[in-house]
Amino acid sequence: MLWIPPLLFLTIFFFFPLFKIFNLAFDLRSVFERDNLQIIYRVSLFTFYQATLSTLLTFALGLPSAVLFSKFSFKGKSLLRALTAVPFMLPAVVVAAAFNSLFSYKFSSSIFQVFNLQPATFNFLLILLAHTFYNTTIVVRIVGNALAQLDPRMEASARVLGADGFRVGREIIFPLLRPALISSALLVFMFDFTSFGVILLLGGLNFATLEVEIYVRALQLPNLNLAALLSAIQLIFTLIFSMLYSRLINKMQTQSTPRFAPTRPPKTVKEKIFVGAMCGALFVFFLLPLISLPVRSLTRLEADRGQRGAVQYGLTADYYRELFVNRRGSLFYVPPVQAAVNSLGFAALTVLFSLALGHPAAYALAKPTRFEKILDPLLTLPLGASAVMMGLGFLLSFGRLIASPIFIPIAHTLVALPFVIRALQPALASVPERLRQAAATLGASPFRVWQTVDFPILSRAAASAAAFAFTVSLGEFGATLLITRPEYPTIPVAIARFLSQPGGLNYGQATAMATLLLILTTLSILIIEKMRFNNVGEW
Amino acid sequence: MLELRSLSKSYAGKPLLRDVSFSVNAGETVCLLGASGSGKSTLLRMIAGLDFPERGRILFNKLDLAEIPPHLRDFGLVFQDYGLFPHLNVFDNVAFGLKMRNLPVEEIKPRVAALLKQMNLRGFDSRRVTDLSGGEQQRVALARALAPNPRLLMFDEPLGALDRSLKEDLLNQIRGILRRAKIPAIYVTHDQKEAFAVADRILILHDGVIVRDAAPQEIWRNPRSAFAAKLLGIGNVIEGEIVAENRVKTEFGIFSLGCPKKIGEKIQLLITECAEGEDAEEIQLTVEDVVFKRDQFQIQGSGGLTFLMNEAPQVGKVVAVKIKVQCLS
Repeated sequence: MLWIPPLLFLTIFFFFPLFKIFNLAFDLRSVFERDNLQIIYRVSLFTFYQATLSTLLTFALGLPSAVLFSKFSFKGKSLLRALTAVPFMLPAVVVAAAFNSLFSYKFSSSIFQVFNLQPATFNFLLILLAHTFYNTTIVVRIVGNALAQLDPRMEASARVLGADGFRVGREIIFPLLRPALISSALLVFMFDFTSFGVILLLGGLNFATLEVEIYVRALQLPNLNLAALLSAIQLIFTLIFSMLYSRLINKMQTQSTPRFAPTRPPKTVKEKIFVGAMCGALFVFFLLPLISLPVRSLTRLEADRGQRGAVQYGLTADYYRELFVNRRGSLFYVPPVQAAVNSLGFAALTVLFSLALGHPAAYALAKPTRFEKILDPLLTLPLGASAVMMGLGFLLSFGRLIASPIFIPIAHTLVALPFVIRALQPALASVPERLRQAAATLGASPFRVWQTVDFPILSRAAASAAAFAFTVSLGEFGATLLITRPEYPTIPVAIARFLSQPGGLNYGQATAMATLLLILTTLSILIIEKMRFNNVGEW
Repeated sequence: MLELRSLSKSYAGKPLLRDVSFSVNAGETVCLLGASGSGKSTLLRMIAGLDFPERGRILFNKLDLAEIPPHLRDFGLVFQDYGLFPHLNVFDNVAFGLKMRNLPVEEIKPRVAALLKQMNLRGFDSRRVTDLSGGEQQRVALARALAPNPRLLMFDEPLGALDRSLKEDLLNQIRGILRRAKIPAIYVTHDQKEAFAVADRILILHDGVIVRDAAPQEIWRNPRSAFAAKLLGIGNVIEGEIVAENRVKTEFGIFSLGCPKKIGEKIQLLITECAEGEDAEEIQLTVEDVVFKRDQFQIQGSGGLTFLMNEAPQVGKVVAVKIKVQCLS
């Protein structure tokens, strides 16, 4: 019976809105409207186009990185590896703000003048780079793992049997890596396909992907039928991708026992050049945006207020100070720092909700009855839905009620819940029933059993799950943007608003706010890594 | 045919092979015997071209191989855990080397079929190699190595992963193939039984140096070094001290034999059962244990000496054993 509360929660806040969306989407009159069809065609095409290019670019960097990490050992390797993994956990708004800040400096904007890039092309390039920035680690992990597990005798056997380097690659290494290549490509493609924050903040409304168009049709140029239709299309695509992905994963697990080839320092000149160049490139690509953001938030790069002309340079804490001021005519009715307070409050509520619901669900799934086994896919279904779509569902389902700020942590809980369950379930399943029985025969009451046996094992996993829910909530942008009211901005929403306004002060405050979020999420990532239960909670 | 000239190689800063030289003649099977980690596999990898010596040369038919990449050397290599390609079926595994030589399909098909038949793998063509048993996988690996008619076959502990009865079957099969095909072969193992079964000549690798290079029966008769005697499980190795000219004192008594050492020096001796008509010493031994070994009995006596006897004495009795004593280096 433990599964009733989480299922009830999902029914009200996920399946009911989903039903509303589909109900609206398949209103036949709107489906076949010519304008709608044109928009759907154009938007879908562009979504596939940008996701394909992003995936290609991610692989261009990810494949050599996978080779670097799986074949060679060198100084600072684990640090560099961690550095490439951090962006994946960062909120999209932070990544967007970081890439934006990179090109807000004088010298860097002159770079694209040299190449004579149109601003639109430049923004598109920036979007692709930002996608590469946070997805490269997927390729490094999945393909790198497969490479490290590649039996070195395969290559040796093939060489001795008469295959030259090229044929070893084509006949042996590529076929053996194929499952890893395809599954990582699918995963990267899925993330690029559903990307919202990065595209909206770096490209504006010019780059209409499915996600952006749903947002536009929900709030900017309201056409709820079209928004619902786009959401349904989006959901169908993601379901197809995730089905393909899980089929591939099952295939990979049936492969023979893994054996890890040892890594070694680079030996030949070629190898040394490769390792050196890759380390340099990765270091610059992954560190530069992360440094540029906080530096920019402390640098004055504009004319003084009310003064035309002379641009002032130098260090300043103004942008941070300004966060505490409630100016008239500002973007909010409250001092901007209130957004941080709101975010922390919502995050705390999200942790509370998702643990309260995730804990019983994980118990039910750890030792499922036949009926409870069907629950597993149901509980993880929200993973397949995009955040913007959830926001749209809320708008359609709860009408005026949506004005209540409580819907924000509820939406965040929907996003975080599958992860929380995934983090708790293996820990719970690992508690041997015999330990509980032993404690009971020694005279412990059921509560004492839970307190002395389950709790110590569970607490680490729960801490990690809590930090995860916290991070998700802090960075959540898509759903929040659709349901939030101006009085209750969160940090990501505030960053987006600051970025969309002209003026150096607004820009500075965006970077200051994003730096704040960067610090907060980095801290929670550290907690998650520390508390992780036996490396579970990977994809 | 194959000639190695003072090869040296170090691993992690320590010398692994030091000035290793030997040759393999046409149709000859050479067994390379040594403890694990002694550099046997590295030696094979260097001959195959997968690894490079720091000094020394490898020649085949008088031609230096240094500049020839592995795929042009025309050698065959069989690994301990087979190294089969998991994404290819049995036929494609065996045919791999032939395909790499760009042979037409009409030639590949009968060649593979003949090899599979020879290896008792008829009808296995389309089976997945991951579904095969260890013995079957090793037979596929053997067929794969033989398919392109290599100029030299190398085995790197090919039977190490198999259980005993399979081992003997496959060992006989390998012997038969090597005898019939007359391909020169290097067989690396740490198992003396395998070495004695397949080798025309045995090389013993110890501390990076070839310490012995002789025919099996020769090594059995006179292992020379204590290391070789222990590695091959020949007789009993005991300690002794030279007390006078041609007199060696041990815990089993004083033996008279001439050893190339000075008085007062320690020496290691090999004690074996005496064959008919040889000069014999005799020692008294208290029987501590008797183990049945096929048609003989292994007697374990006081001081840890073991001997094979035709009849089983009672445990606890004192028996006289005729022995042969040799000096070892």
